[in-house]
Amino acid sequence: SNNICFIHLGATVLGAYIFIIDQAEQFFRSGHTNNWAVLVCTSRFWFNYRHVANTLSVYRSVKRLGIPDSHIVLMLADDMACNPRNPKPATVFSHKNMELNVYGDDVEVDYRSYEVTVENFLRVLTGRIPPSTPRSKRLLSDDRSNILIYMTGHGGNGFLKFQDSEEITNIELADAFEQMWQKRRYNELLFIIDTCQGASMYERFYSPNIMALASSQVGEDSLSHQPDPAIGVHLMDRYTFYVLEFLEEINPASQTNMNDLFQVCPKSLCVSTPGHRTDLFQRDPKNVLITDFFGSVRKVEITTETINLQQGSEIMESSYKEDQMDEELMEPLKYAEQLPVAQIIHQKPKLKDWHPPGGFILGLWALIIMVFFKTYGIKHMKFIF
Amino acid sequence: MAAAMPLALLVLLLLGRKGWCLAEPPRDSLREELVITPLPSGDVAATFQFRTRWDSELQREGVSHYRLFPKALGQLISKYSLRELHLSFTQGFWRTRYWGPPFLQAPSGAELWVWFQDTVTDVDKSWKELSNVLSGIFCASLNFIDSTNTVTPTASFKPLGLANDTDHYFLRYAVLPREVVCTENLTPWKKLLPCSSKAGLSVLLKADRLFHTSYHSQAVHIRPVCRNARCTSISWELRQTLSVVFDAFITGQGKKDWSLFRMFSRTLTEPCPLASESRVYVDITNYNQDNETLEVNPPPTTTYQDVILGTRKIYAIYDLLDTAMINNSRNLNIQLKWKRPPENGYIHYQPAQDRLQPHLLEMLIQLPANSVTKVSIQFERALLKWTEYTPDPNHGFYVSPSVLSALVPSVVAAKPVDWEESPLFNSLFPVSDGSNYFVRLYTEPLLVNLPTPDFSMPYNVICLTCTVVAVCYGSFYNLLTRTFHIEEPRTGGLAKRLANLIRRARGVPPL
Repeated sequence: SNNICFIHLGATVLGAYIFIIDQAEQFFRSGHTNNWAVLVCTSRFWFNYRHVANTLSVYRSVKRLGIPDSHIVLMLADDMACNPRNPKPATVFSHKNMELNVYGDDVEVDYRSYEVTVENFLRVLTGRIPPSTPRSKRLLSDDRSNILIYMTGHGGNGFLKFQDSEEITNIELADAFEQMWQKRRYNELLFIIDTCQGASMYERFYSPNIMALASSQVGEDSLSHQPDPAIGVHLMDRYTFYVLEFLEEINPASQTNMNDLFQVCPKSLCVSTPGHRTDLFQRDPKNVLITDFFGSVRKVEITTETINLQQGSEIMESSYKEDQMDEELMEPLKYAEQLPVAQIIHQKPKLKDWHPPGGFILGLWALIIMVFFKTYGIKHMKFIF
Repeated sequence: MAAAMPLALLVLLLLGRKGWCLAEPPRDSLREELVITPLPSGDVAATFQFRTRWDSELQREGVSHYRLFPKALGQLISKYSLRELHLSFTQGFWRTRYWGPPFLQAPSGAELWVWFQDTVTDVDKSWKELSNVLSGIFCASLNFIDSTNTVTPTASFKPLGLANDTDHYFLRYAVLPREVVCTENLTPWKKLLPCSSKAGLSVLLKADRLFHTSYHSQAVHIRPVCRNARCTSISWELRQTLSVVFDAFITGQGKKDWSLFRMFSRTLTEPCPLASESRVYVDITNYNQDNETLEVNPPPTTTYQDVILGTRKIYAIYDLLDTAMINNSRNLNIQLKWKRPPENGYIHYQPAQDRLQPHLLEMLIQLPANSVTKVSIQFERALLKWTEYTPDPNHGFYVSPSVLSALVPSVVAAKPVDWEESPLFNSLFPVSDGSNYFVRLYTEPLLVNLPTPDFSMPYNVICLTCTVVAVCYGSFYNLLTRTFHIEEPRTGGLAKRLANLIRRARGVPPL
């Protein structure tokens, strides 16, 4: 019995050890329950085709890895697919010789054309949206959401241009993220930016749990990848092109981590030096899976019960008969006449409601009358009354 | 578990007896049709219509069972108390002059007009919220609709559905001409269809073909209609229409042969199982005229004749629900062929080469009777070298007259003439047969005013330049290079000595 006790004790100790390791692993695994993505293209005009292609490539990857349209806020500042200058309408290509159409057949653009402004972007991030905004245009994240934010366009040292008419600065962006942190709108945030001097945009972040990647350092330009002679513009930027190639090899079950993403597009391929920032992030990047941000958490419970759906049919028959009896009593209805000329000619125009004169007009007339009587004396009153 | 099921059944039955709040009967039907119309200009117009009719009173609360009628729109109708909704997205413009009258035209951009029920208290607020919701459903910037682009028409836009009285206070109309239509608007529109894009006519709706067109218009129309002939009760009708015009030159080398595959890059395989009617109509009004110019393949079994938009038209019907139609080949590809090209002629054009040869345009045309044929050529005026102008360039330049050589049918047949016997005025042109006579006519020469340069310009330029050079440059040159040196005055010459003598004699001081 001693032996059995000993084995029992050994097994318990072993079990406890494994349990502690398991718990430790759980602790370092991400605690998110849902994934969101905000993908922004800030450039207008046909020659900035590549920025729209960048954003749509990331959109495509993110959808493929499992994030649904209802959890993606896609903002495209201009329409390239149905642009009159596009020789292949309803397509946006990301490879030369038109190999990969990233526009596809099932794209949902939430903010488009003139709606892509700095104000709308910040409102989406912070959640301060007018109450009548539809659900598809809102970022309904909570404190267990992992959010991917991807921005592309033309930028400089400390700012990003929106549609060539306004800019967002790195300080505004950092403050917006801090608002999100204080309102508990994210669990972890991955910020990727593909513009010239992109690293300047993440310099000012100060909120926790943010990891940032940029396509170039301060003082460097991000370059475009390849022009297509048939379409006549550059199709993609280098950094996003190689990121897309990297993402095409990821599937929802893959275990690739962030360190691999940091290695994408070295200087030899990109000409600029991509940068990243992980000091605000609590976990070690090598423990962070790509699918933590680009994919979607799906908890599926499989059940073996069957549910029978046949009950409803008898009720329908009875209530339909009641419907029929009810309506027989109404009198026949008719369609409206489309152009009743006689009626239109003789209709009186709607009189505008009479509004009493405003304070300004009253004050002006009072002043005039006062001046008149002061000049000419009160004796003129008798000619009025 | 087994005991719970009858209990659940009992509960449901009790609730059902009380009212209609649990489940509406699924009395809705879907009809889909496609009309293919060859246009006079050689293009082809295709109009899809999907009509879902729902026999229900949506004003009552608690409707929760949707079958064919889409839930997104049904909820809109009950929440905002709509009577009618018409929303369209259009790219391009319907060219009535070349294409004939349209079935239903829409303005470029987005157009939304809505009739609210008379139970709505704040129409403007409902209008604003409705446009925001629609912008989310259709991925369009309809949220830009506000009081600055909304009007309340007072005489037009009467309701297209059932209406007892029409107080225009409940009507709102707005147009956004800058709105772009693209795949992101087509996709939610397709998702409202009961068969989505999986079966029936909607498999033809592929974005890469539908947007490669001269005209693309998609619309959603909701209105109340009569449920039966006596019109004692209301049904809701949802019509989704899509019109496209395929351009002959964009999609294939100017040939006027069309087929479903060439237009949509797909053929029809099976009807939508939820549709009670699924038909394709092809306009074959030109079929029986002019030696059968238009041929339709496969040959139609039934036709439909009616007066449409003022003219009598004949349509060939292809019914997808007819099992014989699809079973033959598992897919239906309707082809239209022009058997004889409408005009045959000869054109020869030789463009000009500067200072070498002129333009030459020769055309053989058959002129239809009782008509006017206009031939026009566009040209641009260019500048010549200044030595190539005539001394009187403001007179203009002459273009040689055009020549018309024609064979005109004779009213009376002539017999062949003997050249030696007949008078000289009858033997100018050789005549082969007496049914027509040859005539050569000329137009007037054309005098064209070319832009004439100002020939006095070189003289003006030379004068001005020389003046400037002389005054400015010359002065600077003098200032920079002139040196000054002091000159001793000379002690005097002969004339001065003589003058001093005379002055001394007079008593005046000397020079």
